[in-house]
Amino acid sequence: MFHSKAIEIAVGVFVAAGLGALFILAIKVSNLSAFSDEAGYPLQARFDNIGGLKVQAPVTMAGVRIGRVDKISFDDETFEAVVTLKVYDQYDQLPKDTSASIFTSGLLGEQYVSLEAGGDMDNLQPNDQFMITQSALVLEEMIGQFLFKAAEGGTE
Amino acid sequence: MNTDNHNMDDVLVHVRGLSFQRGERMIFDDIDLDIMRGKVTVIMGPSGTGKTTLLKLIGGQLRPNQGTVEVDNINVHRLSRSDLFELRKRMGMLFQTGALLTDINVFDNVAFPIREHTQLPEALVRDLVLMKLEAVGLRGARELMPSELSGGMARRVALARAIALDPMMIMYDEPFTGQDPISMGVLVQLIDKLNDALGLTSVIVSHDVVEASAIADFIYVISNGKVVGKGTPEELQASDSAWVQQFINAQPDGPVPFHYPATDYLEDLLAGVNE
Amino acid sequence: MEWLSQLGRSGLRFFERLGRGNLFLFYVLLGSFSLLGRGRLLLQQMYSVGVLSMLIITVAGLFVGMVLGLQGYNTLVDFGSEESLGVMVALSLVQELGPVMTAVLFAARAGTSLTAEIGLMKTTEQLSGMEMMAVDPLRRVIAPRFWAGFISLPLLAGIFSAVGVFGGYFVGVGLLGVDDGAFWSQIQNRVDFYDDVLNGIIKSIVFGFVAAWIALFEGYDTVPTSEGVSRATTRTVVHTSLAVLGLDFVLTALMFD
Repeated sequence: MFHSKAIEIAVGVFVAAGLGALFILAIKVSNLSAFSDEAGYPLQARFDNIGGLKVQAPVTMAGVRIGRVDKISFDDETFEAVVTLKVYDQYDQLPKDTSASIFTSGLLGEQYVSLEAGGDMDNLQPNDQFMITQSALVLEEMIGQFLFKAAEGGTE
Repeated sequence: MNTDNHNMDDVLVHVRGLSFQRGERMIFDDIDLDIMRGKVTVIMGPSGTGKTTLLKLIGGQLRPNQGTVEVDNINVHRLSRSDLFELRKRMGMLFQTGALLTDINVFDNVAFPIREHTQLPEALVRDLVLMKLEAVGLRGARELMPSELSGGMARRVALARAIALDPMMIMYDEPFTGQDPISMGVLVQLIDKLNDALGLTSVIVSHDVVEASAIADFIYVISNGKVVGKGTPEELQASDSAWVQQFINAQPDGPVPFHYPATDYLEDLLAGVNE
Repeated sequence: MEWLSQLGRSGLRFFERLGRGNLFLFYVLLGSFSLLGRGRLLLQQMYSVGVLSMLIITVAGLFVGMVLGLQGYNTLVDFGSEESLGVMVALSLVQELGPVMTAVLFAARAGTSLTAEIGLMKTTEQLSGMEMMAVDPLRRVIAPRFWAGFISLPLLAGIFSAVGVFGGYFVGVGLLGVDDGAFWSQIQNRVDFYDDVLNGIIKSIVFGFVAAWIALFEGYDTVPTSEGVSRATTRTVVHTSLAVLGLDFVLTALMFD
């Protein structure tokens, strides 16, 4: 009861430190800041194979993040993966013939969608589809192709 | 079992047919007690007869197996928790150890029940606390922590705390045990004085025959779960019960055996040899 | 035959205690409403339970983070992916080590002192004395301590994790030369707020509830002797640690669902 002022201050510091730590974890350590990102417009891309692409994966252009993967679904008529991208509103000048590719960051890293600008004068509108897409490289397929080619080469 | 001829209004605590069992052991076996308003009633008996248990039964901290305890015509064990707490505000209890809260000082200890139960302004609380402390002669010790008090002082602080809410009765659990003659004398005098000055009813559980007899208006002697003697101190002195005589005159052996119940001594010794 | 009846006896004792513990919790929660108007009581306990635990939590968090940084680097550098060091440190701390280590340290630092305090109050008849003064010890003594523990543990776990990440950062980036930007950007890319951070916070809230409950019940249920208090204090650490580790498994399994 004597040092009630000091106790009040100490508890205040403690609670502030605790909440501050949780705040740091939320903002600095997790992707919450990327979550609450600015609004974007949707674009659709169809891939034969998306490999290990996940929702929330980055969408980049020239290596800069300009959006994220919003939804992944499967079209059971064309047997293609339909990936909905969300591109931030400020990047609304993408040419109509922009191509989308799935790449892997590093040898074992996560997969992301990379966009490459074309030369069309018109821009992509919300809900448009990409004309040109390039599927993810699947390691087993590559090895298979490589072996196939090597076998072919061997018979010649 | 006994026919009491005093007026019911004079009886503050009315115990009838009380039985209490702890495990297999019978602590009380169908006892009757009457504690008169405004008097000092002493309950005596050898250690281990459950005298403290009796106080806890009266205070509603324990439930009897049988029988009733009425305080101020209210059956203690029929009360809801909140009603029991209301009743307890009118009962003070002085524990053997004092049971002071060790993390706050003397002043705050005495102020504790006042602050808990009333919304009095702090200035008034201070006056009340100082009055109670003055009554037990420890106004100067208000800043001390309980660990800095002697046993006798701790009990006096506890007494100040017990009278903080001006209760109608106070129960003392072995108030004289382990006190030096001076603090014992102080306590005897305090209990007597407070009882008269505040119009309290006092119940003292004790085995200190001399001190307790000095202030008792009425004495109950309990042994083996039964009331074996009752009366004013003078009546008990003149009692022809062997048991009461042994207790009052402090004889080592008698109806209360020196030995704890055991198998035959010789048999017990030989049992070790035979193994 | 003897061991069978022994087993039965222990079983009965266990369930009896469990029942008493639940009843205790029920009354504490019931008695918590009276705490609303008495913030001072809570404040005082937040001090002794939370503030006084801050030092050990901060130091432990820092060292755990630094060790994770060092160990993680040595493993990851073999795969050439030392940029992932931040992810490893952050995920380990936020999901597991933060809540679990904090709860165990909390049991050792604050739980034992709560148990010993309540146990000694019982032994010295302070609780009984309060009851006779018509003050309910469950409301006056136990409830503020319970809520203080319940609130403090998540905050302490947050401090532990945050300090730990900086410990890992200090070792990884400061001493071992991991790229600063890669450290943070990898963390932000891979650590999900809902799946990782929030789940960690939920864990620490559950642990806070359990740790405070066990510590206070052990104190309240103490056999009122010096030996009883010492046993109860030991039991607090053992039971809390076991309960926290067991619950951690259950919660993790539920969260990965």
